[in-house]
Amino acid sequence: MNTTDIFNFLKPKNELENQGVEMENHPYIPDELWVKCPICKNPVLSADLNENKKVCPKCGYHFRIAARQRISMTVDEGSFEEFDADMTSVNVIDFPDYTRKLKNAKINSGENESVITGLAKIGGYQVVLGVMNSQFMMGSMGRVTGEKITRAFEYATVHSLPVVIFTVSGGARMQEGILSLMQMAKTSGAVKRHSNAGLLYITVLTDPTTGGVTASFAMEGDIILSEPKALIAFAGPRVIEQTIRQKLPKDFQSAEFLLEKGFIDAVVPRSEMRDTLTKILRLHSGEIIQEEDESDERI
Amino acid sequence: MSAFDSVTAARANDRPTAVDYITKIFGDSFIEFHGDRRYADDKAVIGGIAELCGKAVTVIGLEKGRNLKERMDRNFGSAHPEGYRKALRLMKQAEKFRRPVICFVDTSGAYCGIGAEERGQGQAIAENLMEMMTLETPILSIFIGEGGSGGALALAVADEVWMLENAIYSVISPEGCASILWKDSSKTAEASECLKLTSQDLFKLGVIERIIREPKNLDSNMFESLKNLISQTFDKLGAADTAILLEKRYNRFRKY
Repeated sequence: MNTTDIFNFLKPKNELENQGVEMENHPYIPDELWVKCPICKNPVLSADLNENKKVCPKCGYHFRIAARQRISMTVDEGSFEEFDADMTSVNVIDFPDYTRKLKNAKINSGENESVITGLAKIGGYQVVLGVMNSQFMMGSMGRVTGEKITRAFEYATVHSLPVVIFTVSGGARMQEGILSLMQMAKTSGAVKRHSNAGLLYITVLTDPTTGGVTASFAMEGDIILSEPKALIAFAGPRVIEQTIRQKLPKDFQSAEFLLEKGFIDAVVPRSEMRDTLTKILRLHSGEIIQEEDESDERI
Repeated sequence: MSAFDSVTAARANDRPTAVDYITKIFGDSFIEFHGDRRYADDKAVIGGIAELCGKAVTVIGLEKGRNLKERMDRNFGSAHPEGYRKALRLMKQAEKFRRPVICFVDTSGAYCGIGAEERGQGQAIAENLMEMMTLETPILSIFIGEGGSGGALALAVADEVWMLENAIYSVISPEGCASILWKDSSKTAEASECLKLTSQDLFKLGVIERIIREPKNLDSNMFESLKNLISQTFDKLGAADTAILLEKRYNRFRKY
């Protein structure tokens, strides 16, 4: 192998750029031996990167990861039971090229939709989990995405379980027209019922979370966490720059920016996410309430 | 009439705006209230209370302005987060005093700018969607011009949604859609067709309950019959038990 092969640096996948949803210039991780960190530009051994939960060991950049990887690094081993795995989208308003894009998205991501939902345990606590996938049409929200999220909340409401959702999304899926917009209302209704039942909902925003997902269930959590440096926006930076015709400040719409403005509870590095979720789940669990009850009796 | 003709008609400068509807339907009974009690008063959203056929109602509208000065003043009907929060405040007030809510929707979309993002545009819209779903009073939304995406939906989680014949309602502007699909924002006519954004398309898709026919020049007869329709609809919605009303509202959106 010559050196140019070894340093075959990251290129965004062309298929993904063509999917009609805004792509940012952040690369996916290919299977090469070395990858170049897009932030600090240092070459990193793929093996080291995997070992480090796909966080650059040199600068801490959190690479985007596929939903299945996210699930395996978050839940207790073997605890995940998927819901609605076979549910797939159809070209309901006969939108040009959508059928082909859906097919490509399935091939590229190896998934049927932009979200995976199911039952899981995190640190021993039973939750309903939803993890969005940027590799499926940039995590855009179509009817099936909305349906799976709604069913997840409805299941959690019936079974009195907390919900944890990892978001990543370019927003509503244009190719499904108004019906994609309706998913914002549909999911919000399910979140609200879950909330009214006194149950816990934690959102974890990951890079990028934008548009219709930001303007619905992503921002509706009781507790909203984010990975470092994630782009969190309603309108993406390019849209704003076109509207106001000026360049945006460097860290505008980063997780840290939202933290400062008061819109998220905490920025949590990937390495600490599982422990942080476990702590929060424990403090909302039956164990804690029982302890309080006992202390009441003692008094 | 093509989809693009509807887009053009929905955006026409001489088209009646929310203020016109409020004036013609509620006359002098309308009292305007201001502010979100958190940050500011967003003039893209007009709201207050009024009398409708002997009963009190809460009225909220996305207002574009009727001349250049007004349009500048009202940010062309594109609300900031404080506009959506003002609307929600008035809806909560309506819930408290048990009066129905009518929303007139006319916006190209929620505003995209630095201040809007800093103050949580996404969070403000999300909160409206959640809170409107369980607001314990009837809600009716009428699209009178443009219905631009989440910025329109934030006033349209309602028991019934009606559209003027030539109003539009879409997840993305035809220009935005064309530039993504064909890298050419001038192909708005083709994009308008693809998006299924006309009142007829949306009626067929089950997204709206009623299309309001538009006579030439939208004369006073139309406003008079609209007023009666709104009043009858509130009587019908108000007669239902609140739990049933909310169950129906949930299922209205659950089906999509």
